[in-house]
Formats: sequence, structure tokens, C-alpha cells
Amino acid sequence: MADDVWILGIHMTKFGKHPTLDTIDLAAEATRGALSDGGVTMKDMGLIASGNLLAGGHVGQTLQKAIGQTGIPVINVANACATGATALKVCVMALRSGEADMALAVGVEKLAGAGLLSGGSRADDGGSWTPEGRYGAVTAVDGRIGTATMPGVFAQIGMEYGHRYGGTSFELFAQISEKNHAHSTLNPLAAYSKRFTLDEIMNDVMIAYPNTRPMCSANCDGAAAAVLVTGAKLKTLSLEQQRRAVKVAASVLTTDPWEEGCQVLPNVNTLTKAAASQAYEAAGIGPDDLDLVELHDCFATAELVHYDNLGLCEEGGAPDLFRSGATWRDGRIPVNVSGGLESKGHPISATGIANVWEIATHLRGEAGPRQIDGARVGLAHVIGLGSACGVHVLERSAA
Amino acid sequence: MSSQIPMVDYLRLGDDPRLVAHECEQCHARYFDHRIACAACEGESFRDVEVDPTGEVKAFTIVSLAAPGIPVPFVAALIDCDGTSVQANLVDVEADPEHVTLGMKVALTTYSLGTDDQGVEAIGFGFAPVP
Repeated sequence: MADDVWILGIHMTKFGKHPTLDTIDLAAEATRGALSDGGVTMKDMGLIASGNLLAGGHVGQTLQKAIGQTGIPVINVANACATGATALKVCVMALRSGEADMALAVGVEKLAGAGLLSGGSRADDGGSWTPEGRYGAVTAVDGRIGTATMPGVFAQIGMEYGHRYGGTSFELFAQISEKNHAHSTLNPLAAYSKRFTLDEIMNDVMIAYPNTRPMCSANCDGAAAAVLVTGAKLKTLSLEQQRRAVKVAASVLTTDPWEEGCQVLPNVNTLTKAAASQAYEAAGIGPDDLDLVELHDCFATAELVHYDNLGLCEEGGAPDLFRSGATWRDGRIPVNVSGGLESKGHPISATGIANVWEIATHLRGEAGPRQIDGARVGLAHVIGLGSACGVHVLERSAA
Repeated sequence: MSSQIPMVDYLRLGDDPRLVAHECEQCHARYFDHRIACAACEGESFRDVEVDPTGEVKAFTIVSLAAPGIPVPFVAALIDCDGTSVQANLVDVEADPEHVTLGMKVALTTYSLGTDDQGVEAIGFGFAPVP
């Protein structure tokens, strides 16, 4: 039986615009914060898993050169929007296998001012029509054969749910965004913490119907880091460290299994359902045991389908669950009390650790004015298109 | 007709244009890109099959912000063509939620993308509402 894994220290930077801080500054701030929070140093780490997509691929080693070169293995990971969760999973695997007794996961991204993120397109070079690539395309197809832009892909994912089960509308998706922006007003680390009325959300700039601008995740800068420790090692640390440690009851990473249509419109449902089911089994809990959930609301249309995928409602029951008020912070199962990606922001590789920070902070009872009282168990979920799903179930220390 | 080229190789031109999928001979999974093996069953043999040129919209979005050179707004849709999922733009329809609805019936159509320096005309495809 593999040893338990715990979060010993965890930290996220403020998300937003950091024009004077570069990628390494942000990663260093998050890492120093996590080490300090855990009462340890770089010398205690046996492994670093470093997540980043846009800064060239060697952030882990550059981070070491900024704050501590100890010769330990560094694994640079990239897994789209699930990169942060993947860094955590790598640490969990290393600790469970006995390769290390303490490990650092860090995720960082500089994304402020980035434009629309798409699935890739090719520029027309004029001259003559020449077939290229896997589809023999003579021109860029994005926008001519559907859309690979993220707001449009996730819009269709929400619409497909509506077509299958009914009960969705532009207004319903906008109300989900209204909830998350309302939640963000209590989060000082959120990139945006302004409350919007439903009218303001529905009448804002349309990006990809039914997602208007405030219904899209916010591109911003940020980093998050966590120090993970084995249960055996934790027992040798101070009682205060043990009291604040948060148990990683499940750490699951999945990809999308083949299903009809999955290579036409990405299927974010199959792999999330699988990850949730594996996570509940590993943690020995069910969705009804959760006190709060941070899920991947990269767009308002995505949040809805994940209520269902994570088992927070019966199949097809996501619109009813939302309309019942259950997912507001005073509801039965609060979702995205941080403000979610729509307002807290989405510095891609940081996201999968920042949402674990949010859950851990509530479980420790340290979330201040936005504390969910008595939180004992929480779940953090991310999806990276392509696809990868990370689910972490966290439990408050019994100590 | 030799002066025409399809926008993608899975569009077969002619009097009766069709989308043509690569179907796994073993498990019948369908793909539009060229294949090395089947992602569903690992089979390595494929045959080309015509995709039903009519279908039903099972998801759509109306894109207002797109790559340079792409006219907006446009409607991107996921279409169920008798069990085969197809991604395409909806054409010959107003790009607003009053005119585009989930479940609407559509059919394959083609249009010109323009002519290159050698006089070759590229032909694109979309799906248009059917009465």
C-alpha cells in the first residue's frame, strides 16, 4: 500500500497584470511562498515538476537558478490547461513510488494581453492552392470549417449539452457567469473582482454565442506552487505543520477515450466523468460528501456540463442544479467560490495548482471573508483541450 | 472541372459533392484526416465512405471574433449526418440565434474560395438549412 501524500505548503500569486515581473519572477514568488508556507526549503525537495506553456520549456531549471540549485531532478511538464494538475500528479507519483519524500509542483504563465487562443490555423501564402497537412487543406480552415477558437469550441460543448438534455439558454449560461463574478468580489487574488448584473453580462461584447466577454476566462499573469510530502515524512515534522497539512485523497489524470465525434468536436465529458469516478473511488467518498468544488469554467458554457460530469447532479440535471441555487457560495455545493477562471483569471499552467490552493485554503479555515464554513472535503478539476483532465480530492487534516 | 481543387481532401467535388470519410474496416470508426491506425480499435485498414450529405445541427456557436481574413459573424456547427459527426460552417442563413437553432435540418453545399495564379478554383463546403 503506497503511502499517503499531503500538501505541506501551497501558495498562489495575485492573478492579473504583472508588467514588471517575468515568468521566473512569478514562479519564484509562488515557490518561495509555498516553501515558506510549508516551513521547508529547496534543500528539502527531492523533485521539481514545473509547468509552463509559453516561456520556452525549461522553466524548472531557470527557476532553480533564480532561487536554489540543489541538483535534484526537474521534470518540465506541458499538458495544455491541465499542466498545473499534471505537475501535481507527477509529484504524487514520485512520492508514492518512493523516489522522493518531498516534491515541489509549480505552474506559471505570462498571459496578460494575449489575444484569442485558437487550436491553430495556417496563413494563406497566395500564389497557388496547395494541399497541406492531415486534411490536405489548401487554405487555413479555422473559421471556414467551423471554429477551433476556444470560446467557440466550448460554446458548442455547452450547446451540445442543451441539445441532448434541454433546459439551457443564453440567459442560463450568463447566470453562471453572474455567479462567478459575484463570488470574485471576496477574492483579493482574483484578476477581476467586479460584480456584473445579468444584463451587463448578456449585453457585453459577444465573442462566440452564447459566450460574451465576461463569460470567457480572463487571460492574465500568475503562478502557483505546492510542496507535497509523504505521510511518513510528515509525521517527522512539527505538530503545526501536521495540523495545516491537507491530504491529497485522490490525484487523477485522464485523457479522452475514443468515442464517435471526439475528433470533430473535443469531448470534455468522457474524461472528466472517468476522472471523477476514479477520484471518488480512490478517496472513498461520493459527490455528496464534497463541501466545495473548483471546476474548470474556462467559459460559462463549460461550467454547466461539468456539474454533470463531476456527478454533482443526475444525468441531464445540470440546468436544474444551477437554477436551484446549489452552486452559489451559500448553496448546497458551492462551485468556484474563488470567482473561477472567468474572474479569478486563467494563467494556463498555474490554474491546476491555484484551484488546489483555493480548496486547501478553505480546508485549513484560512479563506477569510470567503471561507466556506466547516469545509472538510473539496474537489479541484481542470481540463486541457487535446485532451487531459486532472481531478484532485483534498481532505482537511484530522490533527 | 480539372481547374477545381477542394478546400480539403475529404471533400469530393463533382455534380453531387460529398464528404468522404476514412472508415475503419474493423470497427467502422470514421475519420476525416489521413490515418495510420484506428484510435478506437488499432485497426490499420480503412475504406473511403460517403457521409450522408444531410444532417441535424446538434451544437452551434456564432463566432464574432476570429482570425484575420475570416468574415464575422459566422456560424460554426456540429452536425449529425446519420451518425457521423461533422464540423462545418452553416451558410445561407442569418448568423443570429433567431435563425439558427439546435436540431435544425441542414444539407451539404459548396462555394468558391477564389482562383489562384494558375487559374485553379478552390471549392469550400458548408451546410445550409433545408426547408
